[in-house]
Amino acid sequence: MTRKEEEQLSAILEKHGRENNLIPLLLEIQKGLGYLPKEGLRKVADLLGMRAMDVWGVATFFNQFRHTPLGKNHVKVCMGTACHLAGGQVVLEAFERELDIKVGETKEDGSFSLERVACIGCCMLAPVVMIKDRIFSRMSSLKTEESLIPYRGEAKEED
Amino acid sequence: MNFQEIKKRAQSEWEALEGKIHIRVGAATCGRAAGALDVIEAFEKKLSRDGIDARIIHVGCMGLCYAEPLVVISKPGSFHVVYHHITPELVPRLVDGYIIGDDPCLELALGLLEIDERSTPYIPELSRFEHELRFILRHCGYIDPGDINHYIAHGGYSALEKVLQMPPEKIIEEIKKSGLRGRGGAGFPAGRKWELCSNAKGTPKYVVCNADEGDPGAFMDRVILESNPQGVIEGMIIAGYAVRAEKGYMYVRAEYPLAIERVRVALRQAEESRFLGDNILGRGFNFHIDIEQGAGAFISGEATALVATIEGKRSEPRLRPPRLTEVGLWGKPTLMNNVKTFCYVPMIMNRGPEWFASIGTGRSKGTAVFTLAGKVQFPGMTEVPMGTTLRRIVYDIAGGMRNGKRFKAVQIGGPSGGCIPESLIDIPIDFDSLRKAGSMIGSGGMIFMDEDDCAVDTARFFLDFITKESCGKCTMCRLGTVQLLSLLEDITAGKASIEDLQLMETLAQDVKEGSLCGLGHSAPNPILTTLRYFGEEYRAHIIEKRCPALVCKDLIAYYILPDKCERSCEHCVLTCPTEAVKGGKGEVKVINQEKCAKCGTCLEVCPPEYRAVIKISPVSKLPSDHQGGEVFIKEG
Repeated sequence: MTRKEEEQLSAILEKHGRENNLIPLLLEIQKGLGYLPKEGLRKVADLLGMRAMDVWGVATFFNQFRHTPLGKNHVKVCMGTACHLAGGQVVLEAFERELDIKVGETKEDGSFSLERVACIGCCMLAPVVMIKDRIFSRMSSLKTEESLIPYRGEAKEED
Repeated sequence: MNFQEIKKRAQSEWEALEGKIHIRVGAATCGRAAGALDVIEAFEKKLSRDGIDARIIHVGCMGLCYAEPLVVISKPGSFHVVYHHITPELVPRLVDGYIIGDDPCLELALGLLEIDERSTPYIPELSRFEHELRFILRHCGYIDPGDINHYIAHGGYSALEKVLQMPPEKIIEEIKKSGLRGRGGAGFPAGRKWELCSNAKGTPKYVVCNADEGDPGAFMDRVILESNPQGVIEGMIIAGYAVRAEKGYMYVRAEYPLAIERVRVALRQAEESRFLGDNILGRGFNFHIDIEQGAGAFISGEATALVATIEGKRSEPRLRPPRLTEVGLWGKPTLMNNVKTFCYVPMIMNRGPEWFASIGTGRSKGTAVFTLAGKVQFPGMTEVPMGTTLRRIVYDIAGGMRNGKRFKAVQIGGPSGGCIPESLIDIPIDFDSLRKAGSMIGSGGMIFMDEDDCAVDTARFFLDFITKESCGKCTMCRLGTVQLLSLLEDITAGKASIEDLQLMETLAQDVKEGSLCGLGHSAPNPILTTLRYFGEEYRAHIIEKRCPALVCKDLIAYYILPDKCERSCEHCVLTCPTEAVKGGKGEVKVINQEKCAKCGTCLEVCPPEYRAVIKISPVSKLPSDHQGGEVFIKEG
């Protein structure tokens, strides 16, 4: 955890108090920090008077919880049924190739991360990819490079 | 204020709205994905620049998802016109044309929006509305989900007002009489469940709404919560009164942030109007609803797992009995129903149980809501009477398959359901007929497949999903499904033997029997139904190493037909991401099979007048000079 993350975490824990609702607390920490750091989970266990293994058990059970920081530009490739039939796998592979990372990974410079998600509920636009908050519809291997261009520029500018 | 006064105020607000120009924009998640928010911004800018006083309403979704972004412009004394595929660039045209001028811009219109005698909107130009029967979808896309008065003006909360003057037993009696069955998947009689919870000993009791719609390809619960959250809330309050609970939980999956937001606003407004809280409508009944968020686990939708999740634990199901109606949330009697089930309740209480029981078939009463996705022409959502045939849904509502392809099968109910092949297209869709065919209504998600979709690959896809989502409690589900997946992977890779089919079928039955909850019980359904209806396809994969639908990557190869390749065009060479296509200007292009990632880009970019790229299966059918790494380039 960075110092900033530690401060953020303390603020969230302080605000939350001892009320025993683990999942909403974890969601809140993730919303603030972008992921659930291991040391942070230990602090959650202490606060709620739970065993660390029980907190860990919950934190690793649900798909929403992440244990590594995300890239600046997070790419989600939908792998719902409609997207699968429309070629979602090919699109996922194209992003792996373009970004040169495997699904579930973050680029070393922190610019991009890639994830597969179950269904974002826009099956009529399949296959769908979400980059940050923007949805790209009817994707194909061909459109992959183009969809990344604005984000690549942005990642460079900020450096 | 008493209810009559609240209602009067709501109605006069609605009339005031109707007296002015107003614009509805479909702004549910599906509309937003198609660009609705940009359209709204364009309207705001244009209207303020021209100094026009018109209201923009962010409505939900009418189920015509293929036409999004959808805009309805209503002018007092004139028509409500529905426009489809609206972009920000088209907005000035609509404002100048229909709002300022008198040109209804019919070239951009889908049709007119009319309201029938039951105040249900419909579009007469679309013949699908003749086959639909919209009960729980009737307000969706028409009223403002962020304004409780719109719901009240259309009869909302009058059922609650009515039932609070009835003994709770009478309500349960009416729900039983209506024949309503739970819409979460299993179809358990709702009235019976309510009665069990009402008779159970122990207080307090809880009411839980299950909105953990985790099935990939189903999104109606999301649409309902985003389009008419008050309808669900009213149903929950009535249920609470009927079973004497004072606390309710709305469990929504975290993947639906907009639905959660809409519900939050709706709950606040219901409290302000005193439909929720202490001493509801002055009748001495207390009921509170909290939102609980899921954290992304398909299994959370299973009733006992959902209870564990609200309690802050891992979503692991437990053995039943005891039923949740006896030992549920925090060990107390709990009534859990699906979003749609609660939605029907106010309508049944208003119109009477006989009305509900008169619709549908034998043991399946009322309507069914389906999401339509996959290869059909008009993906979206529909509500039809139970017993409507599959043919009607495919051809009359979903518009048949896209690009003139042939309908092959439909997967109903997601990973827990099964597929129904074209040969059963006249099957009436209800709880019992589908079960007989090996499928189930389940979540109500329908994924349509055409001749380009592979039955084996689809089964593999669902098994892959299940292995990721199995909670791991039961051995057969945790390990058996992984073995099933590995058998399917072998088949799609051409590495299986014919005996594996028998092994797979046996193992599938074992997983069914050896699992505790519905997820494990139904996990093998996609395999069992595809084996039953598409056995030939499995055998083609195994014996001939051929994928008839040309989908399974290991069994296909891309090939450029030398006589069709135009030679001077280089689209495929320039776009191939792995530089597998070779051939200079003026030469026939050839694919290096070793480098080919089988992404299909060359097939996509090859101009339609040449159509030189084809897929070949089995790979052994490739012309001999194209096998192996070195390619032979013919001179022009």
